[in-house]
Amino acid sequence: MNKTKQITLLINGRTHRAAVPANETLLETLRGLGYFEVKSGCEKGDCGACAVLVDDEAVDSCLTLTWTVKTQRVTTVSGLGTIEDPHPLHTAFIERGAAQCGFCTPGLIIAAESMLRNDTRDPSLDDMRLALSGNLCRCTGYTKVFDAVTAAARVVREEGGPK
Amino acid sequence: MSETIAGSRRGANVEFRQVGMALPRIDAPGKSHGKTRYAGDHVMPNMLHAKVLRSPLASARLRRIDVSKARELPGVACVLTREELSGRLAPTDIAGQTGRKRLATDQPILVNDRVRYQGEPMALVAAETVVIAERALELIEFDLEPLPGVYDPFDALKPGAPIVQGTDNVVAKYKVRKGDTEAGFAAADVIIENTYCTQFIEHAFLEPEVGLAWVDENEVINIRVSTQVIEHFRFIADAVGVPHNKVRILGSLVGGGFGGKEDVTVEIYLALLAKATNRPVRLCYTREDSFFGHGKRHPFTLTHRTGFTRQGKITAWKVDMTADAGGYVFLSPYVLLYATVAAPGPYRVDNLHVDARAVATNNMFTSAFRGFGAAQACIAHEQQMDEAAKTLGIDRLELRRRNFLRTGDLIATGVPIESAVWSDECMTRAWEALGERTPDDGPIKIGRGVAAYQQSYGRITWLHDTSEAWVGIEMDGTVVVRSGVTDIGAGQVSALAQIAAELLGVHLTDVAVYNSDSSTTPLAGTTTATRALYMTGNAVRLAAEAVRERLLRRAAQEFEVAHGKVDMADNRVFVADHPERSMALKDLVAVCASEGVHRSELVMFRAPFTGEIDPETGQGRVHPDYTYGAQAVEVAVDTGTGEVTVLKSVGAHDVGLAINPDAVAGQIEGGAAQGQGYALSEELRYEQGQLTSTSFSEYLIPTAMDVPEYKAIILESRSGVGPFGAKGIGEPALTPVAPAIANAVADAIGVRIFDLPITPEKVVNALQRLGN
Repeated sequence: MNKTKQITLLINGRTHRAAVPANETLLETLRGLGYFEVKSGCEKGDCGACAVLVDDEAVDSCLTLTWTVKTQRVTTVSGLGTIEDPHPLHTAFIERGAAQCGFCTPGLIIAAESMLRNDTRDPSLDDMRLALSGNLCRCTGYTKVFDAVTAAARVVREEGGPK
Repeated sequence: MSETIAGSRRGANVEFRQVGMALPRIDAPGKSHGKTRYAGDHVMPNMLHAKVLRSPLASARLRRIDVSKARELPGVACVLTREELSGRLAPTDIAGQTGRKRLATDQPILVNDRVRYQGEPMALVAAETVVIAERALELIEFDLEPLPGVYDPFDALKPGAPIVQGTDNVVAKYKVRKGDTEAGFAAADVIIENTYCTQFIEHAFLEPEVGLAWVDENEVINIRVSTQVIEHFRFIADAVGVPHNKVRILGSLVGGGFGGKEDVTVEIYLALLAKATNRPVRLCYTREDSFFGHGKRHPFTLTHRTGFTRQGKITAWKVDMTADAGGYVFLSPYVLLYATVAAPGPYRVDNLHVDARAVATNNMFTSAFRGFGAAQACIAHEQQMDEAAKTLGIDRLELRRRNFLRTGDLIATGVPIESAVWSDECMTRAWEALGERTPDDGPIKIGRGVAAYQQSYGRITWLHDTSEAWVGIEMDGTVVVRSGVTDIGAGQVSALAQIAAELLGVHLTDVAVYNSDSSTTPLAGTTTATRALYMTGNAVRLAAEAVRERLLRRAAQEFEVAHGKVDMADNRVFVADHPERSMALKDLVAVCASEGVHRSELVMFRAPFTGEIDPETGQGRVHPDYTYGAQAVEVAVDTGTGEVTVLKSVGAHDVGLAINPDAVAGQIEGGAAQGQGYALSEELRYEQGQLTSTSFSEYLIPTAMDVPEYKAIILESRSGVGPFGAKGIGEPALTPVAPAIANAVADAIGVRIFDLPITPEKVVNALQRLGN
């Protein structure tokens, strides 16, 4: 049977101790802990709906074994900010109408944030295309997503860096 | 990017304060912050996990199924097969609201004897964990005897073909006989004849089918599910064998539908398992399950024969179309009807002859998909117009202009179009918005294409569609809307809130909408057929107007002015000519409450009710109204590799009135992407009924790498039958896109590819043929 061990995870700034089997994905762990904002769209790394930040990199949590995360910081879309204190990406997605059904939105915001953290603060359309290429959206045609990311990047630049 | 062009204002002195504003949708904060709970984001104590066993064969007889080993596996709570269901059927018809007799289209809930398509469900398992449920599926033993199958609708029509449905595999037929086609062709200077083919398409909503069911203390089966249609509760109750009032569907915000969650998906399985185990049961499809678990877009073969005068006037049009219905009927008859109505597009055709049939095969069943037959019709009629333009030597836009319907003209089914037909305005603006033409660059050839369409909004008028909504105002002046309508991502709920906000003088954020619960919200019908805004929007408008009227009457007394002199805005009520004479809305509400003035209203809105069309002539009313518009695109074709890149893509649509222009633009941009996939990259390939693409790495929907920045042009004729003159945009946004791209590719390389998708391989082959 699968080996299980107690591991410590740092998720959205909160510490969790959890018994995790060796073959459990970060997607399963996160949803098991109640982080339902991490969406499961394909479980194969094709769609990006499950993307989270591990430190500053966007990863498909469905392809990441939880044991491999070790002491890194895991951040979901809800960990980037709150309704009262939103991240510029949250605000821009809301104001620019970039979410339709919204199921891919958490992953898109995470992918965009990873791009911004990797110092692409003045992204061209091609930068955004590349950064978001692992995140499928079936509703928006990506146009308002590009608008939103461009707007958020401007705010981040003006504020002197991502949060 | 988007722009809005307002037409003549219908209704004097209508000044909107909320409607028409590009406000953030009320569902946007929850979705952007990850707080929205979809149907799959709920768990219950003691919950079981379900899995579905599917047939690996497309045409077979189920000789034996033995689940004893699966039942013995520790952690398995329940296994159901045909033994337990004793032939119970699942309906595959559309959800009705009026008790109209259904088509004879039922499918065994689980395979009883015959397997008619690959993936047909044979057994259900509920277990303590997903892993145990998966293991249990592996322990189920079954013998399937392969039967001769038929995988092409034309083969299925041949004498002696294996019979999948009915007596001859024909599951639906429609025809149109209008005018005198023979005389029309005799009068033609030029006759164009071509055959166009379309492919199976997957909805590819990002949220796979999912639900959670439990039986409560009143023996009510509650099902929280991702669906476009909560009113399937009736079908589900019938299928399970309980009264209609003992099934409750709680919809959540839906993670994409596009027609793929219009039929029942997981609900009946969940109801059966929850009832059998008396425990909560969750069933969440994997992506692979989803490829097998819902109906696809119909492939069509359309042969068009069109007569023109030398001046480009259509003299006659004959269309023959065959659709692949797959293994079961589902919504094929309705899809076929839509294709029939839309066969000649937005053109005036006095002499029209259409023969249409949907044919059962052992392919995956086909059903609703955004565009619903009209999209396939458009792919054919718009390529046909370009082919005609080429032969006639007339500019492609000009040829269309000479034939566009005008208000009052008779459409294919012989009824006059009553609303505005702004096809020309839309086409011209979309074309102009392409701007300067990108020059060819060596092997990179540039092409441009346009396509116009006619797409209905609202359900078929002989379904006698109705929609209910309740609007009330709370003691603090906030507004509540209750309506069963489901929100599948287009902003259906937010549009309702915007209408209520407009009429009750509050801000959008002051409105709460409770929706999508078959037990507690007034039944609003389906979120399908581009009907939600038209139907439920009108219901909300009427309900809000009734509440407004009562509040304003009481306010007029308070201000001692004549009724009609009072208005409301920004949470205040005031004398229109003397806005300084005002009171807070909540104070007026308090007065009304203390006097027992009714502060809420429940309204049923009814679409036009008609009988069915004449089956021999296809003449009669089919839809409440139609949307018109156009798509213009510019593509680059690499003549070396055959790769097609969309450089520019503009959708211009007369939406009547945009309740929320951002939401409308979102529909147009999203439709542009979906249509682009339809034209260039998407295809579900079935080889002898076996699906060869079961993931997003094989089934290629457009990614951020593939799309240009789409442009949406919103025209507002204020002539529709929706609230404030709105028309519908959900389906229309998609319909003209694929043919516009096909026309652009033909423009670029000088040869047409008649079957979608236009893959690099087909382009290279076509160029080689041209070279030879």
